Amino acid sequence: MTQPLLQVDDLHVRFPIAGGGLLGTGKRMLHAVNGISFSLAKGECLSIVGESGCGKSTTALSILGLQEPTEGAIRYRGQPLNGPGAPGRMQRAKAVQMVFQDPYASLNPRQSVRTSLAAPLRLHGMTAASEIEGRIEAMLKNVGLTPEQAKRYPHEFSGGQRQRIGIARALILEPEIVVLDEPVSALDVSIRAQIINLLLDLQEKLGLSYIMISHDLSVVEHMSDRVLVMFFGEVVEEGGWRQIFEAPTHPYTRRLIAAIPDPDVALKPVGRQDERAEMPLLAGRRFVSDGRASPDVFTPPAPSELVEIGANHKVRLAMA
Amino acid sequence: MTAPLLDIRDLRLGVAAGRTVTHPLLKGVSFQIMPGEAYGLVGESGSGKSVTSLAVMGLLKKPLAVSGGEILFKGQNLLSLPKREMRRLRGNRITMIFQEPMTALNPLSTVGRQIAEMFVLHQGKSWDEAHKLAVEALANVRVPNPERRAKNLPHPMSGGLRQRVMIAMALACNPDLLIADEPTTALDVTVQAEVLRLIKELCAARGTAVLFISHDLGVIASICQRVGVMYGGCLVEENETRALFDNPRHDYTRGLLGALPRLGSRSEHGRQRLVDIDSIIADRSKLTETRFIAPRVVEGGQL
Amino acid sequence: MRLGFNFWLGATLTALVILAGVLAHWIAPFDPVLDADLMNSELPPDATFWFGTDAQGRDVYTRILYGAQISLTVGIVSQVINSLIGITLGMTAGYWGGWWDDLVNGLTNVMLAIPSLIFALAVMAVLGPGLPSLLIALGLTNWSWTCRIARSSTLSLKSQGYVQAAQTLGYGDLRIMFTQILPNMMGPILVMATLGMGSAVLSEAALVFPGLAIFLSVLGFNLLGAGLRDSLDPHMRTRKP
Repeated sequence: MTQPLLQVDDLHVRFPIAGGGLLGTGKRMLHAVNGISFSLAKGECLSIVGESGCGKSTTALSILGLQEPTEGAIRYRGQPLNGPGAPGRMQRAKAVQMVFQDPYASLNPRQSVRTSLAAPLRLHGMTAASEIEGRIEAMLKNVGLTPEQAKRYPHEFSGGQRQRIGIARALILEPEIVVLDEPVSALDVSIRAQIINLLLDLQEKLGLSYIMISHDLSVVEHMSDRVLVMFFGEVVEEGGWRQIFEAPTHPYTRRLIAAIPDPDVALKPVGRQDERAEMPLLAGRRFVSDGRASPDVFTPPAPSELVEIGANHKVRLAMA
Repeated sequence: MTAPLLDIRDLRLGVAAGRTVTHPLLKGVSFQIMPGEAYGLVGESGSGKSVTSLAVMGLLKKPLAVSGGEILFKGQNLLSLPKREMRRLRGNRITMIFQEPMTALNPLSTVGRQIAEMFVLHQGKSWDEAHKLAVEALANVRVPNPERRAKNLPHPMSGGLRQRVMIAMALACNPDLLIADEPTTALDVTVQAEVLRLIKELCAARGTAVLFISHDLGVIASICQRVGVMYGGCLVEENETRALFDNPRHDYTRGLLGALPRLGSRSEHGRQRLVDIDSIIADRSKLTETRFIAPRVVEGGQL
Repeated sequence: MRLGFNFWLGATLTALVILAGVLAHWIAPFDPVLDADLMNSELPPDATFWFGTDAQGRDVYTRILYGAQISLTVGIVSQVINSLIGITLGMTAGYWGGWWDDLVNGLTNVMLAIPSLIFALAVMAVLGPGLPSLLIALGLTNWSWTCRIARSSTLSLKSQGYVQAAQTLGYGDLRIMFTQILPNMMGPILVMATLGMGSAVLSEAALVFPGLAIFLSVLGFNLLGAGLRDSLDPHMRTRKP
């Protein structure tokens, strides 16, 4: 079996939160991510979905090196990305990059587009001005902008254009993995379509692997190869897009999908799955949570495990 | 035929410098909302959908100003009403809920008191009575432990809970028209579904008409009976919801619907490239030249 | 850099004050200290003494011109020292957080609690009298506000996408602070610096300086700062008329 591009094993992230005790005593640990494991293959688009507080953003930040994991191992092509063997920022930059959610805050307002794209190239040792210019021009064309626009400043561009610049910046160092953090949530509907098309085109053209964080399940269904559904720090269901969207099993996944306001579904005379149904058993085992009650984030979760229930389909169940 | 509750006729407004409008935002918008009807206004940023609602509420701030047209509410032109009259209508007969509830909620006053205020101000109830009604209102919007919650400040509440409080305040006086401007955009998907269901049920039960503004076609489809599509300050298409989605007539509407990734379409048809509006519309500026307003269909098939 | 009205007005006033100070030696009709004749004590303005005389019979106009030199030096130099200390401490505290942040915060609180003039006097008592001591004393005293502003600007800028992007692109912490964060907080810092220059002048002038000249230099600095801040803001740069 070929080695996965990225391997995450038993990732835990806990944050110390100052409690109410005297003189800073009574510190509590917030369990943001509780033992996530997954792999990313080359050319694949893996989406992590969940609602606020589920830990998907923290997971992404850990992969990028912007958040130190409390426990667990992240490996890129077999080499560790965290812990004692971890590479410095410069090395990491060539492996993983990120496209940010807010196109209005993700570009330095005081730097022209050219500066934002040239500076990282120079930082990583590219010196020939012609080479730098060439890369910048090629990248701008890739994302659908013209080289003349390079001298402008971020505030002169629309939201969609800024997102294109953000994508150009993420790709300028030619990383293999790109983390997409809600890449189209802040954009208008018609612009969203353009950016989604662009991301899919670039994935094919440049052989990119994506980890997409999103709460918009329609976009997730459209773009992903595999999906992880997260609920309060744990993966509750994992599988290919078909498995998740055609055969959602965990009650939380079913609630999420039932809640999507999709025009076709809303107008269909046939009712949607009633997520108020009794929590079913699966092969005689219970689900740990129904995805409704919020667990206490300050206590570690009850023991459970991911169980394979079909090809490319796993679900979290209480221990047998 | 029943008279419309809200009748907007050729409304024009824009950024005004002195008497002249330098930058038009609405270029002659007309539509009607019948009593008890849920009407959706959909469009992207810059389409003018939000300023329309502000104009109806009389909340336009300088330098925005109305430059023409009428807004008839139960036959009265809101634009020519004196401020005092408008204030009596606002919060009472026409109410509004926003995307960010914290802008509407006073952070220093308990939730119970803020709802009670509605009853005191508009219905002349005593504070004691109003507090009881406020707790009832919270129960109506399915807030658990309403007596306890009424004593909370808005700050520690979750987004979904705050939205429910805002809905409770807005529906306290059984208004004729509720304007909802992107009320669920900032909420998680499951919370959004609950809030939308709440709005739908409560308004249907009280016969409150709803003007629902959103950029999300799916949300509009789940609540509204009739939909208007806005682009560039004009209403470019209007139709019954089902008809609009099944058979969009205007290029922009077609582009918008084609740009949406639809659940289930990948299973059926494989991954289709999303429509790039700019590739099917040669010239965006010509979009506002054509309009498709479908006539209303009333019982018996007559207008 | 497009420079607006505020900038030009401020620049003009400041330039006048600077000119007055620089050319004092040549324009002043009298010597500021030695031409003291008790017979001329406290005269109202007239043809010889344009602004009248002070209690020692010295021409006030001359003293204003010479005084400008000192006040400007004090204002500019002490504020530069203030800003350097404040920016360095505030930016690193906001960026790195942890114990360093706690330390800087504690120090800032202490400095804000101590009456500044008393602290300055204490420093001068240690260093001895004289202009350099005055500059150091004022420089060490008033950095707290700049530090606070630098720290809170850094805290809010730190979570902006482009700062995280810079980290992802491989930038080291110091490079990020100086190329991404510092340029984006220059607006408030500059305003603070020019206000600080004005206040340093006021501190020093708790001594002799007549009111109008103070007013003009302080106003000049403030407007200069506001104008500079506006012209540094890229939004204002390309604003369409």
